[in-house]
Amino acid sequence: MTTWKAILRDGLWVNNPGLVQLLGLCPLLAITTSVVNALGLAIATLFVLCASNLIVSLCRRALLKEIRIPVYVLLIAALVTASELFFYAYLPALHARLGIFLPLIVTNCTIVARAESFASRQPPGAAFADGLAHGLGFAGVLLVVGALRELLGTGHLFKGLHLLVPGATQDGIALASDGLLLAVLPPGAFFALALVLVIRNWIAQ
Amino acid sequence: MSADTTSTSVWRSTLTLVAFAVLATAIVATTWVATRERIAQNQEAARLAEFAAVLGSVAFDTLNIDAPQTIASPHTLPGTAPVQMFTAKRAGQPVAWVFNVQAQGYGGPIDLMIGITHEVTVSGVRVIAHTETPGLGDDIERERSDWIESFDGMRWRGDTDQRWALKSAGGVFDSFTGASITPRAVVQAVATTVRWTQRHQETLLAGELP
Repeated sequence: MTTWKAILRDGLWVNNPGLVQLLGLCPLLAITTSVVNALGLAIATLFVLCASNLIVSLCRRALLKEIRIPVYVLLIAALVTASELFFYAYLPALHARLGIFLPLIVTNCTIVARAESFASRQPPGAAFADGLAHGLGFAGVLLVVGALRELLGTGHLFKGLHLLVPGATQDGIALASDGLLLAVLPPGAFFALALVLVIRNWIAQ
Repeated sequence: MSADTTSTSVWRSTLTLVAFAVLATAIVATTWVATRERIAQNQEAARLAEFAAVLGSVAFDTLNIDAPQTIASPHTLPGTAPVQMFTAKRAGQPVAWVFNVQAQGYGGPIDLMIGITHEVTVSGVRVIAHTETPGLGDDIERERSDWIESFDGMRWRGDTDQRWALKSAGGVFDSFTGASITPRAVVQAVATTVRWTQRHQETLLAGELP
């Protein structure tokens, strides 16, 4: 029986999906041009991860090993479609910004990996906590890389937060008047992630 | 494993898969039913907002949003694709036209929506989609800069009209640092559309396609 603390530590630090397992890098690199974009993708991924872990764990005794993977695929596809519809209905501007990366959550290996390696062998409570921990771990990386790129690239932070939180700031917090354009271009994504990886490995040593 | 237990496990697998297919469909169907009205409203609102932006202060009572006229290629409007034309009318008379045209930018096509009044004055221009360089060419978006509003009220004063160019080329439009192709492409596309409308004004006012 895994303890709650160990589950949280595993998802947030020891086996962080973005920094240690290096999973889900395509959306991570593509969408992190700003904190708000990163937060949007983080929320959707967190929801899908928790829901899929919970459902898989509840049904774990009914699943024979031959059909486990097809069941995960079906389930994750349905949950991603549902969260995309939800974004389209309630956060249309953010839905337009995230574009293809919202449905592409379905290809994030973290989700199927957690379902197979954890949720299919653990009780629902622990499986949900594991989804939460790994979802938050992934969200943390998205937010740090997003904040780094937005700050270096535009000199602002939280620009467009009103798309996610009604009444919040639209222009963001200006910390500098201008930035280094490279940071918001695709190469900046690799540099920013590399920097975060270096820091993480440094601390872990 | 005996033949008997194998067939049991196949049956069990099949039934489990069927059950999960039903569950997955139920999840998607429930969300769809719960969100479809809001999604339809959002789409409608987004389209109306685009038209409202390019028609500016034009007062109209009908607009054929769902049934545009198509100007088939080859045509002398910007781009090679067929152009959709929407007509805003007031008391049955055309008061403005909205064109969906394509300019050729630096990173690919730029989809523009251009509103022109019946007196051939630009009522508004918006960029619908583009793939220009982020941070350099994307100042054509209204969300990022008010550059696109410098078209408002522009007319075509004949072939000696020098204003339809970037300031560096003697015109009236600001250029962007590090991106000269993008604004030039948009200026040229709007100029071409205005010129085309000027030339065909009588035909269009009569409600016909040139």
